[in-house]
Amino acid sequence: MDFGTGGIMIKVKNLTKKYGDFTAVDNISFTVQEGTVCVIIGPSGCGKSTTLKTINRMLEPTAGDIFIDGKNVLDLKLEILRRGIGYVIQYVGLFPHMTVGENIAVVPKLLDWGKSRIGARVALLLEMVGLDPSAYRDKYPNELSGGEAQRIGVARALAADPPILLMDEPFGAVDPLNREVLQREFVRIQRELKKTVLFVTHDLDEAVRIADRIIIMKNGTIVQNDIPEIILASPKNKFVHDFVGSDRALKRLSRFIVSQYMHRPVSVEMGEKLLNEATQLREQKHIRYIWVVDSGKRLIGWLDTGIVDKNTSIEDAVTKVAQGKITVREDSTLREVLAKMLGEGVKVVPVVDADRRVIGEVSLKDIEKITEEVDASWKE
Amino acid sequence: MERVNRQKILRWIPIAGVSVLFLLIVFDRRFLELLLAFIFPGETVVIYPRAGLPGLLGEHLLLVLFSSLAAVGIGVAVGVFVTRPAGREYLHLVNDLSSLAQTIPPVAVLALAVPFIGFGFKPTVLALFLYSILPIIRNSVAGIETISPYLIEAARGMGMTRLQVLLKIELPLALRVIMAGIRTSVVINVGTATVGAVVGAGGLGTPIISGLVRENPAFVIEGAVAAALLAFLMDQYLGRIEQGLSERYGLEAGG
Repeated sequence: MDFGTGGIMIKVKNLTKKYGDFTAVDNISFTVQEGTVCVIIGPSGCGKSTTLKTINRMLEPTAGDIFIDGKNVLDLKLEILRRGIGYVIQYVGLFPHMTVGENIAVVPKLLDWGKSRIGARVALLLEMVGLDPSAYRDKYPNELSGGEAQRIGVARALAADPPILLMDEPFGAVDPLNREVLQREFVRIQRELKKTVLFVTHDLDEAVRIADRIIIMKNGTIVQNDIPEIILASPKNKFVHDFVGSDRALKRLSRFIVSQYMHRPVSVEMGEKLLNEATQLREQKHIRYIWVVDSGKRLIGWLDTGIVDKNTSIEDAVTKVAQGKITVREDSTLREVLAKMLGEGVKVVPVVDADRRVIGEVSLKDIEKITEEVDASWKE
Repeated sequence: MERVNRQKILRWIPIAGVSVLFLLIVFDRRFLELLLAFIFPGETVVIYPRAGLPGLLGEHLLLVLFSSLAAVGIGVAVGVFVTRPAGREYLHLVNDLSSLAQTIPPVAVLALAVPFIGFGFKPTVLALFLYSILPIIRNSVAGIETISPYLIEAARGMGMTRLQVLLKIELPLALRVIMAGIRTSVVINVGTATVGAVVGAGGLGTPIISGLVRENPAFVIEGAVAAALLAFLMDQYLGRIEQGLSERYGLEAGG
């Protein structure tokens, strides 16, 4: 299929869904741009899942129209429509009698792909979601952890390379630690694949982390539909304000990626000259803290130039840090940075790459600057 | 791996032993004669004279085969029908009927059947069919109904037609439970079919009835032992198939 870039991929127009006298979704309209992630969020019973399920017609709308790439979904044959839309649900729904590979191959098989094409696709997808194809292909779902199962669920939804993904609280049943890992992986995969994603959740942190746009729903209606920064900075009314919570400045930090805010680090190589260089840095540039690295630029620890004099030994001067304890990565969010700082009681953290080489640093001042901006825009 | 194989082989030994014993009793007339003469030294005739065990076994198996095949075919079909949207309104009715019918003892079913459908082979097959269809319907419904609705949602959401969902998801997942129903029904059938002799259907019940009438316990034992061993072996072999199915589908750990 050929899709233009940046156009409207999903268009929902005056959608209403009633169950008897109860109106689950009340005359809502919105669009999702191609290649973006739109998150629908709201309290239980706000109609967010119902809305999502009308897109692939798991539920039929009572009134209104839904267009996918300009075509009314009601004009498409049900099965054809669904095979072109990836669908991920909270309970994963991996088929227990099929291996991981067979589960992923379901839609390609429905589309009559050849055997070798399916095999190659399965391997590619498993790698994409971070699982070793040779180890996982022949496993059965009951041999997987919750996080692994959900990865397979995402791989299965992507199997036939659909332009659209519908995700209904996909990470809701995963423990918080794994959920964050999955969210990060999702962002990474999405950056690569640029699918049009409609994602339902009740977890605002999750929404803020992954969304290009957030739709907040209440009692079947849309309360606010904006980019996450605006939702967090200027909630439209009291409902959104309360829903977003008083810690919205903190939440907003997860919209900022370290790579955009890190500075060049000051680091000195471990060795005999270490203390001399440290003293020089203090006296000439008034630098208090410096990173100590080995010959490969890999982090060993940090050093307070203020306590260095002729009598200190290198061992006393350098505070060694354990792997990963205060370091952050280029793709970490400023919220994670702040959590590290508070947890370890430091005001600056080093940014390291995959080989633990120091490539930058972020300070508490940088973070304060961003939170001040939020406060300012809220007061206006 | 070797340990598992060893265990598997060990578990087959008792079944293999009983199988050999069964074949000896049915097909080696001299062995049977010696055995029965040893147990009943007072009887002059220890083997039912009017028909040999191989022929009786054949009749017996035909009774079971016809009634069970029909029961499996129709039972699974009914189970599938009442779990479809179109047939769902009959689900409770079918469930109630099958649990009610299960409370009637099999012998009573035959006894009740005779006045309506008469004597002989065909009526007996019909009565056996009616009785043995119930565990199959019940298990088909249970097997399909216990599948998580999320699996069906996932399958439908991926673009499977209703027929594909049934064939690729529901039936494979329900197969183990359905197979358990078939096993129960066949084993009950093997036992119940002996009563068929009363209504003139032949089978392994014939020497039993004759023995009772002529007060010759050897005849009774001849038929009863053969029928009991047959039921035991059916149960064991079908059980193995059932287990093989669940292993093949990786469902041992609860699925």
